[in-house]
Amino acid sequence: MFKIVHAQFIAPGIKRFVIEAPRIARKQRPGQFVIVRVNEKGERIPLTIEKSDPEKGTVNIVVQSIGKTTNLLNSLETGGTILDIVGPLGKPSEIENFGTVVVMGGGVGTAMAYPTASALKQAGNRVITIIGGRNKDLVILEPEMREVSDTVFVTTDDGSSGDKGLVTDRLRQLLENGTRIDLVLAVGPIPMMRAVADMTRKEHIRTLVSLNPIMIDGTGMCGGCRVLVEGKSEFACVDGPEFDAHRVDFAILVQRNTMYRDAEKRSLEEYKREVEQKQTPNPAEEVACALEGKR
Amino acid sequence: MSTPTPPTRKSSNPVPNKERIKMPRQHMPEQLPQIRAHKFTEVNLGYSAELARQEALRCLECAKPTCTRDCPVGVKVKDFVQLIVDGDFMAAAAKIREDNVLPAITGRVCPQEDHCEGACLLCKKGESLGIGYLERFVADYEQQHFDAKNIVKAPPTGKKIAIVGSGPSGLTAAGDLVQKGHHVHVFEALHEVGGVLVYGIPEFRLPKKIIREQVDIMRAMGVEFETDVVVGRTVTIDELLEEEGFDAVFIGTGAGLPQFMGIPGEHLNGVYSANEFLTRINLMHSYEFPKYDEPIVDFRGKNVAVIGGGNTALDAIRSALRLGAGKAFILYRRSEAEMPARIEEVKHARQEGIEFQVLTAPLEFLDDGKGWLAGARCQKMELGEPDSSGRRRPVPIEGSEYVVPLSVAVIAIGTTANPIVQSTTPGLNTTKRGYIQADENTQRTSRKGVFAGGDIVTGGATVILAMGAGRRAAKGIHEYLMSGAW
Repeated sequence: MFKIVHAQFIAPGIKRFVIEAPRIARKQRPGQFVIVRVNEKGERIPLTIEKSDPEKGTVNIVVQSIGKTTNLLNSLETGGTILDIVGPLGKPSEIENFGTVVVMGGGVGTAMAYPTASALKQAGNRVITIIGGRNKDLVILEPEMREVSDTVFVTTDDGSSGDKGLVTDRLRQLLENGTRIDLVLAVGPIPMMRAVADMTRKEHIRTLVSLNPIMIDGTGMCGGCRVLVEGKSEFACVDGPEFDAHRVDFAILVQRNTMYRDAEKRSLEEYKREVEQKQTPNPAEEVACALEGKR
Repeated sequence: MSTPTPPTRKSSNPVPNKERIKMPRQHMPEQLPQIRAHKFTEVNLGYSAELARQEALRCLECAKPTCTRDCPVGVKVKDFVQLIVDGDFMAAAAKIREDNVLPAITGRVCPQEDHCEGACLLCKKGESLGIGYLERFVADYEQQHFDAKNIVKAPPTGKKIAIVGSGPSGLTAAGDLVQKGHHVHVFEALHEVGGVLVYGIPEFRLPKKIIREQVDIMRAMGVEFETDVVVGRTVTIDELLEEEGFDAVFIGTGAGLPQFMGIPGEHLNGVYSANEFLTRINLMHSYEFPKYDEPIVDFRGKNVAVIGGGNTALDAIRSALRLGAGKAFILYRRSEAEMPARIEEVKHARQEGIEFQVLTAPLEFLDDGKGWLAGARCQKMELGEPDSSGRRRPVPIEGSEYVVPLSVAVIAIGTTANPIVQSTTPGLNTTKRGYIQADENTQRTSRKGVFAGGDIVTGGATVILAMGAGRRAAKGIHEYLMSGAW
């Protein structure tokens, strides 16, 4: 049982949880993740660690409501509990002074990119950050990123903040301007990461992507998160989550992520129905409450 | 642990030896195949007290019992069977517990034909004594009548031992060590205690309730369990020894990494490793989706194949059948004689309608054009000369290729070492294949105070062999902690 010390929406449908997990807080390094199971009947899903505080023994995770489990998680409040959190999992990001690094975060992916950006800055890199989202509200952690970056570019699909366009448009401009880039780290939706990979491949710029396939145990035991890397199976949970973007087979990744689409849809619909039923006031109950003077 | 057992004394078995040989083995009552093939409840129903006593009467009470000799943990079979004849089932349970802390589990999943029952002298005249069934009976009886007040423990030694992994070797080591008065703390990476017993073995063969009850007995004995800790990631072996005050560590992390075949199409949707498929079913209860959240692909009416011939393969294909598979079959590259699965599992699977396509190996998984599995291109094999495992090597027959239509395939061809602990523990020697090197008698590793046993040392084996290693490790750890000598 893990206690939620603080829970707060930081964007529509995106919530930050500060969770008491001293063991994880002590060991977490940038690039790693946790696996969470909300309750006894819950599934195990991998989630991003934004940062941790070893002294307070807390870790921050950032969750976007997508399916049933993430919706259920985001219904939890300060003071609540999460049944299981295990981690930190995966290999930490490689941190050294590469020179100039472009860190790209798409949507909630920015939360995963943030601790690595911070560590890269501390290691002496020049950090150029490009973060984006569909609109202004969905660009997260902009102030945090500004603190750890030399330059921050924001892009939105609708132009409500920063440049109108995609994070890759900004990357293209940097490349066209002849900016020297030694490393690119991209974390976000698969189409974004794939587009970054295609763009930097031609320029021979080393590019890393952090992958988030379907996982169960997170320790290499099930093989469900296998990713095709230059024709070879690698496990995102133990060999990753960061991989050389130019070697990843993104088509297979997309295909495998659709494996449970029908089941996921059904789970979410049933969950929403349950929530609605709970919210619809029961007239008899209301009368009883009124009589007892509870309202 | 519980009531002290009386010293060995003359048998009360009234049946003359030559009559015992003629007595038939008592059948295990089981659910009807046509019913059980559709549900996950346990196949075997267990002996009644009357059946158990009838079966116990068959024991020849050998002067030098070969059953005990061939048991990896050395259960005193003759003694506990005599206690069943006496009707003192709790004493029989205590007798087993002297050597085996998980009798309700081994009574169900141990390959007895390779150990005690295979060595039983009755085999020469007919069928062996039903040692596994008797063990199960006694263990279940003990479970129903368990009273924590009867626990007898050695005085505390003040020594703290960390057990990494709560599978068969870890639980056995924990049980033996706590009885010697040590403080034992077990770390488990998953959210439930039991390791492969929980994620690997299905409910119809080993109910989760049984594991929980056995673990509860260990808790009552004083063993502490901490789930959600991946040693090597959440905490390292060195931190356990240097910062958390443990005097010794036992590594029993198992051979957890699934092997794939490296053939085209293994990334198609609908292709599972046995570990993933069984974990979804057993640990995550996918067969109860959407009551439980973890999904599984739809098996109903589909063609399902499991590749492999071991217990895991049979667990997987019988699970597939219970998920509603239209046709469920095993693809195995050798012949049935080489299949490593327990005899009882093969028998049960056949009764339930599982087909065995032996001497067959898949060469490629075929795409339906949308990223889902459509079939497997297979090749027939014939048996050649024996290989390093002593089994006859399968040799492909040229021109024998054919296509099997399939919607789901489960790969159950074995596992390898999980590297997390080895790669985060400096100075821990491993073999070329990544298994931890440990002394065969003491289970000592190259690191002082660190012991290892079970599949992480030997590679994928059986529950009982892992338990044997756990016992040796417990003895090794006790000797080390009491003498201080490495």
